[in-house]
Amino acid sequence: MNAATPKIAVKDLSLAYSGTEVIHGITFDVRPNEILGIIGPARSGKTSLLRCLNRTIDFIAGARVAGEIRIDGADIRAVRDVHALRRTIGMVAPLPVGLPLSIYDNVAFAPRCAGLTRRADLDPLVERCLRQAALWDEVKDRLGSLGTALSGGQQQRLTIARALSHQPEILCLDEFSIAIDPVTTMRIEDVLRELRREITIILVTNLTHQARRLTDRTMFLWNGRIIELDRSDVIFSDQPSRQETLEYVNGIFG
Amino acid sequence: MAPNSSNGAVAPPRQARSRRSVWGERAIELLIYASGVSAIVFILAILFFILREAAPVLFSDRFSLTQFLFSTEWYPTSASNVRYGTLALSAGTLAVTVLAMVLAVPFGLGGAVFLSQFCGPRLRESLKIIIELLAAIPSVVWGFIGLTVMSRLIVTYTGAPVGVNVLNGGIILALMSVPIIVSIGEDALKAVPDSYIEAATAMGATRWQLVFRVLLPAARNGLLAAVLLGVGRAIGETMAVLMATGHAVQIPHGILDSVRTLTANIAAELGEAPAGSEHYQVLFLTGVLLFAITMLVNLAADLIIRGVRARK
Repeated sequence: MNAATPKIAVKDLSLAYSGTEVIHGITFDVRPNEILGIIGPARSGKTSLLRCLNRTIDFIAGARVAGEIRIDGADIRAVRDVHALRRTIGMVAPLPVGLPLSIYDNVAFAPRCAGLTRRADLDPLVERCLRQAALWDEVKDRLGSLGTALSGGQQQRLTIARALSHQPEILCLDEFSIAIDPVTTMRIEDVLRELRREITIILVTNLTHQARRLTDRTMFLWNGRIIELDRSDVIFSDQPSRQETLEYVNGIFG
Repeated sequence: MAPNSSNGAVAPPRQARSRRSVWGERAIELLIYASGVSAIVFILAILFFILREAAPVLFSDRFSLTQFLFSTEWYPTSASNVRYGTLALSAGTLAVTVLAMVLAVPFGLGGAVFLSQFCGPRLRESLKIIIELLAAIPSVVWGFIGLTVMSRLIVTYTGAPVGVNVLNGGIILALMSVPIIVSIGEDALKAVPDSYIEAATAMGATRWQLVFRVLLPAARNGLLAAVLLGVGRAIGETMAVLMATGHAVQIPHGILDSVRTLTANIAAELGEAPAGSEHYQVLFLTGVLLFAITMLVNLAADLIIRGVRARK
């Protein structure tokens, strides 16, 4: 696959919550194996956008989606198995949600839902995901203890391990570093750079520094509209094409 | 950020205000403490008064506790040989309760899961109202339904000689317990954080996987409480089983046998037993037995919950 065929193609996407439009017809592409940063102030539609991607928006009463989202060319509205679609997208929420299960079962949850039940298959998978999330060394002796008993930062890494457990092609991280210390954040950022060779990553972040460090391209979303989408070195330079971008990145508003 | 400066310069003098608030605080604490303790006081008082009525017979020579617990012969008014064996009554209670739970728990929990996950908001609201209405039907009405409608149906469809039996009582009790299990179970399921549901669906869990792998384990304690309240209602129910189970003192050999339960026995005979007589005292002792059974059920449930927790 080359850069000409986008991994995700979003066209004219609008989203309204019980009549109030929060995303106003945005169009953009995500290229395969890139890290796309999404920055923007609160309530600009970043999380809602991610929800549209894996169609968990369907569960929100009164949400209306218009427009088109294609993943690998296939319209996600038309997919027959929405659960399989969700498994191709790993989702990491801002605050860690450890399911009330053991650490092992947390990571094995999605593979089990997908029908993988043999211990011999699950064990190496769980280990690999925990290693990728930089958590293995801390928990390898207590995989049977409750995931919710971990510290906040550990739980967040557990959710990252979980998001990787169904071997997604796209990984969405929604402000993943809110609950993690800087050292761990750095380790996870290294992991993301590593993963980028295999999968496509969408990184929603409020930390402009993080976006600058990590992303190939950055999208500035504001009030449900794309203000600017460009290479990150342009967005974070002295001369992005829009004045608002410059002001937001430099902390003048937002 | 200056948290102290925010609420203005015109605040009343600090000392007076805090003293009043300290007293208010204490009064509220005391009130809450009293209402917490009152539950224990009431339980102990009930136990005390029942025991006081039952005590004389418990310590009399003519009475044997072994016979009371393990004999099936209940002849309280026999002229020649009075016998007070409650085993058949306990067996009746057990049979009716178990049958009721076998019927009510799957339907009750299923109903709770349906209400919380599978039905739309409008249907849910109307169903909840109807279910709560169902819980408010007086037990004598249920008993009447058992005696007339259900009894006739049972005779027609099973060919049993009498329609008032374990099956009848079990169905009536199940109908009475299901609304409780559904409404409390639904509350327990609703209390599961949305974030769990979101996380599980984002990982591609189907609705059933969500229910069985996330919701039921997460709401386990609340659901157990719902089932226990149902069991409690089934064990303690008197009027409906009195009318629907046939009132025959015997250990049932099948669900089409008539039985008498501990509660029905008390209700039926207490009016005829002269106050203070031996018969009267034994009936109170039966009350103590019921009390003990309920305690045991609760204790067992508590241990189960703890066991499940310790295993995790």
